[in-house]
This record gives sequence, structure tokens and C-alpha cells, in this order.
Amino acid sequence: MRRILLISLFIILGTPSAYSQGQQSFGGQLHGNFQLDGQWYLRDEKIDPSGEFYPDERFLGQGYANFVYNQGDFSGGLRYENYQNVMLGFPEGYRGEGITYRYLRFKQDKLDITVGNFYEQFGSGMIFRSYEERGLGYDNAMDGVRIKANPVKGLYLKGILGRQRFYFEKSPGLVRGIDAEYNLTEFIPRLDSAGYRWNIGGSYLSKYQRSNDPFLILPENVAAAGVRTQITKGAWAFQAEYAFKANDPSADNGYIYKDGNGIMANLSYSKNGLGIIAGFKRIDNMSFRSDRNGSTIDMLINYLSPTTQVHTYALPALYQYATQINGEEGGQIEANYKFKRKTKLGGKYGTLLTMNYSVAQSINKDFVDDSNDTLRVLQGYYSDPMVRGQIPYFHDFNVKVTKKINKNFKFNFSYLNLFYNRSVLEDGLGDEPILNNPDNQKLLGADIFIFESLIKLKSKHYLRTETQLLTTKDDRGSMAMMLAEYSIAPHWFFSIQDIYNYGNPVVEQRLHYPLASVIYTEGTSRFQLSYGRQQRGIFCVGGVCRVVPPSNGVSFSLTSSF
Amino acid sequence: MKKLTFILALICATATLQAQELPSTILKTLEGKQIDIKDAISSDGPTVISFWATWCKPCIKELTAFMDYAIDLEEELGVKVLAVSIDDSRNSARVAPLVQGQGWEYTVLLDENQDLKRNLGIVNVPFTLVLNSKGEIVWKHSGYSPGDEETLAEVVEEVAAGKSPSH
Repeated sequence: MRRILLISLFIILGTPSAYSQGQQSFGGQLHGNFQLDGQWYLRDEKIDPSGEFYPDERFLGQGYANFVYNQGDFSGGLRYENYQNVMLGFPEGYRGEGITYRYLRFKQDKLDITVGNFYEQFGSGMIFRSYEERGLGYDNAMDGVRIKANPVKGLYLKGILGRQRFYFEKSPGLVRGIDAEYNLTEFIPRLDSAGYRWNIGGSYLSKYQRSNDPFLILPENVAAAGVRTQITKGAWAFQAEYAFKANDPSADNGYIYKDGNGIMANLSYSKNGLGIIAGFKRIDNMSFRSDRNGSTIDMLINYLSPTTQVHTYALPALYQYATQINGEEGGQIEANYKFKRKTKLGGKYGTLLTMNYSVAQSINKDFVDDSNDTLRVLQGYYSDPMVRGQIPYFHDFNVKVTKKINKNFKFNFSYLNLFYNRSVLEDGLGDEPILNNPDNQKLLGADIFIFESLIKLKSKHYLRTETQLLTTKDDRGSMAMMLAEYSIAPHWFFSIQDIYNYGNPVVEQRLHYPLASVIYTEGTSRFQLSYGRQQRGIFCVGGVCRVVPPSNGVSFSLTSSF
Repeated sequence: MKKLTFILALICATATLQAQELPSTILKTLEGKQIDIKDAISSDGPTVISFWATWCKPCIKELTAFMDYAIDLEEELGVKVLAVSIDDSRNSARVAPLVQGQGWEYTVLLDENQDLKRNLGIVNVPFTLVLNSKGEIVWKHSGYSPGDEETLAEVVEEVAAGKSPSH
């Protein structure tokens, strides 16, 4: 394996001019990409005293390659994946190897047909979204048929039918749905001349899963529907979406027969260096999977994106919010402003100011405990949308100032105030046990300060540093972090960082988490080698998160695309 | 895996430098209008296509750093810069406010279902492409580290002058 790797590395890195272009063969075009990750784990008794996270294999590696071939109206593609064995932190369902994704597609002006695997979404995905996030092991690709049509100008139709991926198998349920989006501006020319763009859309989806539960009569067909609209005029934009789901007893909701619904809306204004967006969301019992017994990230039909900001700095990213699909309400307001150049606050290059406040809490739930009334008990709870929920889940207030002093020095400073309900977000505790015993909640409040600077030493040589401080009395206590990165464009990148958990309430756990990396980039290929310790945490990409266990070792990653 | 690595290596090794075009793919403008990427690129000069997302810090750094160069390149060489956001449709509402707040003057397009990203075989953002005036892809780069914007600007100048990129 290692020899093969070295050989392929040599070939890939050694022929930059060859792979930096896509391939042309048989008159069509082949695009693709390739990723290989591996880690050699070291036993580290400080971060993992009992060895429960230390893998038996010592070395774990996984990879995939995607190929997409386009020729005229036809395209086709496939992905090969392998896990030998799946790396720590990824879902353990990934075991083995095989072709997990393949499709053929025919596309003309008004018609687009795909057979095999596809990714698609209706609106924002509140009732349907199949997508992948390889970095997290999230993949609920459909396998079936998709038809997209554009019969008249401004009208877009989609129909889907199929089953979802469940690691190397398929989910037991069928998913079928239709979606229509119409651009009203095409229909009412007066809107266009007045500067309005107005889209409306609607979708309907149904899943079927056979039931043979000995005690419960479970609905085999579960329908969901959604409506949405988007209006823009000049600097203003408004979006709203409402979704409804019929009763769908599942492992997520404790097999209750309550209907689900969700609503989200956003209003934004963007002009002349100012951008503001305000949004709110409320979801009630919107877990929707093609297997009613599914859990974690498996076989989700819909996608309920968090309305909170996604942090990429290491310390705030330890306490990242994830949408509570059984019910949550919240809002977000974000403002970006650029102070113009040559003004008092703008200085020579302008100053960027970003502010964000987001909050999420439980929805109001009146739990039914009248055990004489079976119908009421099967409802689980009643919820009044006009009444605020009692359990705070999360809030995040942050400000960031970015400033360029001169052409060789830039910096930014951020302050964050976080509140994070660990009982809900880490332990997955439901609202009912928390309401019954509110004093038992594990909460976290933290203040975080981040200073980042970028210094240009000479042409194509840059030094970037981060200093982060997280102060809290809760959970693992306070931490400080230093990072330095030296990059020599366009090929080399060196990084060294250390997180020191100096405030851990357990004195023996006041540990350092050092990590050093080297990255070599050549066009679209990238090779990364890292060595160090990783603390347990939640790793998120684009609003989807997974829990990562602590580890220590040498890891490498190779990605390439052509 | 071994076999696959071998095939892949073989493809890489035997490939010849041939021009490659963008696959026709529908994107959305910030106003919600659908547009084919092939109609969005420039026919008079080079086009830079930068894939990014609101949650991707290096992407934002890259686009901000490149802005200093883009103004001149657009004015002097007729270069068109397309910033293609791969944010999903919930996050895509955040795109316009962020673009304004950053003071970017790029043409922003939305690839909400990541169709274009997938068609081009892109693994992660940031990812940057340079096209010549014939619409052929002549340069690609994945990832961003400080200083890459200098290389990109050099490449764009070379392409505008009708040369093939030296990097």
C-alpha cells in the first residue's frame, strides 16, 4: 500500500502540466477528483487513559475517487470509496469498499433526466435534500430517477423517485416527490419593469416504509409538503419557506403521532458596503428519515440548516450549534459593514466590521400525561407557537474588526460570547427530562478573544498567526491557543499550533495539544502531513457536525482533481 | 484501491495538454434568476472563477486579497471575475449581505446544489479556475494560502496576453 502510494504520489506530483488540465478523450471530457486520508495512531494515555478510543488497527485509512464524463447531452459518473478501516470520528457504518455512486444523465434545453445516483433538493431542503459532505461522512445520495423540466419560460419542474444511500446499503423506505418553481416576473412584465424579481415554489414528497410493528399501527406512507417564496428588489431580498409533515412516529420523536411543521424567513439589505440579514426559524417535530428507526445522520430525507453562524476558528468551533430536528426556535441577525477608504475609521484601505447575534431555544411543549386518553398520549405533546420555549439551547454574540494597516500587515480581532447547552447539544437529552429536572442541565458560558495577523515578509512569503483565548468555568475550562503558519506561495505551507487547556478543573487534564503540519500544493493537488494531538470535539462543515474522539498520531491527506 | 490508484496514476501520466471547456450548468444569480455558466463567462478576455462559501474562511481571505488585483485586471485587461458560492439555499441568503459587507465587486453566482462543483470534479473550496477568451480552462488551483493571489494575478496577465500559464 505504502509503495503504491509513493509511486502514485511521485507520478501525480511529478507531472504537474499533465494533470492540471481535465482530460479529453473520445471527444468528451473527463473530470474527477481523488482523496486519500490515513492516520497512524499513537497510544496516548494522557488524553485517553483507558484506551477506549485507541483503534485496534493502529493504522486507519480511507479514500475515494470521483469520475465525471461529459459528452454533448450525455454525462455519466461514478465514485469508488474504500475504508480500511474507517477513521476515528467517522460513522462506523463505512466498512469496506465499492462503487457507491454511479449515474447516467441526459440533458437538453428543456429536459434533464438522470438515472442512478443523484443529489437534489427542493427549496432550502426543509422537506427534501439529498447531499454529501465527504469530510464528515455524510451522504444520503438518492438511487433512482430524477427528471427536471423547463416546459415554459420561468417554470422549473423536478420529479424524483428512489431510495437513499445507507453506507454500503440502501434505506428500507422509498422516497418520491415533485417540486415546481415559477418565476412570476416572466408572467407579470410589470414586476420586471418595476425592478422586482419574484419566485414562488411548492413541493410535495412522500415516503413509503412497510410496517409490521406488533404493537403500533404505523403510517406506511408519510407525506410532506412545502411552499416558498423569494422576492428581491434592488438592495432588498426576502425569502420565506413553510413546510408540513404528516404524522410520522419515529425513533427520533419517541413514536408519537403528532404532525410536524417548520417555518423560516429572512430579510436582507445589501448596498454600498453594508449588508444586513435578519432571519427567524421555528421547527416542530420535523425529523424526517426514509427509515423511521434511523438515527444520527443516517437516511435523513430533509435538511434543517442551523440559523447560527459557522465558526472556523478552533476554539469557538469546539462549541458549534447543530439543528435540533425535534423542535427549536430561534433567530439570527448579522451585519457586515465596510468603512470606506480614506475616512476616519476606514483609514487608507477601509475597515471591515462584522456583527452577529444568533439564538436558539426549545419550542413550547405541553407534554400530555393524561394516560387515560390514549389518543392524546399518542400526540406526545401540544405546542403553542405563540409561547416561548423554556429551555435555552444556544446563543452566540460576536463582533469582528478586520483592518489592513499597510500592504505588508493586516489583522483582525474578534470577541465572542457563547452559551451552549451541553445536555442538549452533546448528550442529546430531550426537552421532557430537562423540564422535569432543570437543575441537572450541563451548561456552558464562555468568552472568546481572537487576534489574527498576516504579515507579508517578502513577495510570496507570508506569516499568519492566531492567538485565541477561551475563558470559562464550565466543561473543560479555559483554553489558550497559539498558531503560526508560514506560507511560500504557491507550493509550501508550514503550520504549528498548540492549545493549552490551562483551566481544566481536573489538574491532570491540564494538557497541551500541539499539532504541526506541512502542506505541499501543486496546482490542484495537495499533500498534507500532520503530527500531533487532537482533543475531543465536534467537527463541522457547512452546518453539519460530527463528534470526533481524542487522538494522537501522524496523519496524511492527499487530494487531487483533474 | 491499488488498481484504482494505478489507473488514476496512468490517466494522470498519459494525459496530454488539451483544452477543456466548462460543462453547461445552471446557476442562480443573487436575484434568483437562472443562468448557464457558459453564458456568464467573458468572451473578450480571461475569466476567473472562484468557488467559495460563506462558512469557508480561506475562501473569504482569498477573495478579499484578490480584490486588490481584480480592480486593475478588470479595468486594464477586461478580465471577468465570477465568485461562485456553493452555499446551500438556506445559507445563500447570507451571500449578498456578506459580499456587500466585504466590499467585493465580483459577479456573484450561486451553485446551490453544487452541480457545477461536482461537474468539475472539485473536492473542496476554495478552488480557482482561469479561462481564456475562448472559454477554455487553462489553469486550476485548489486551496488558498496567503500569496496565492499574487500567483493568480500573474497567471491572469499571462492568459490575457495569449500565453500559457507558467505556474
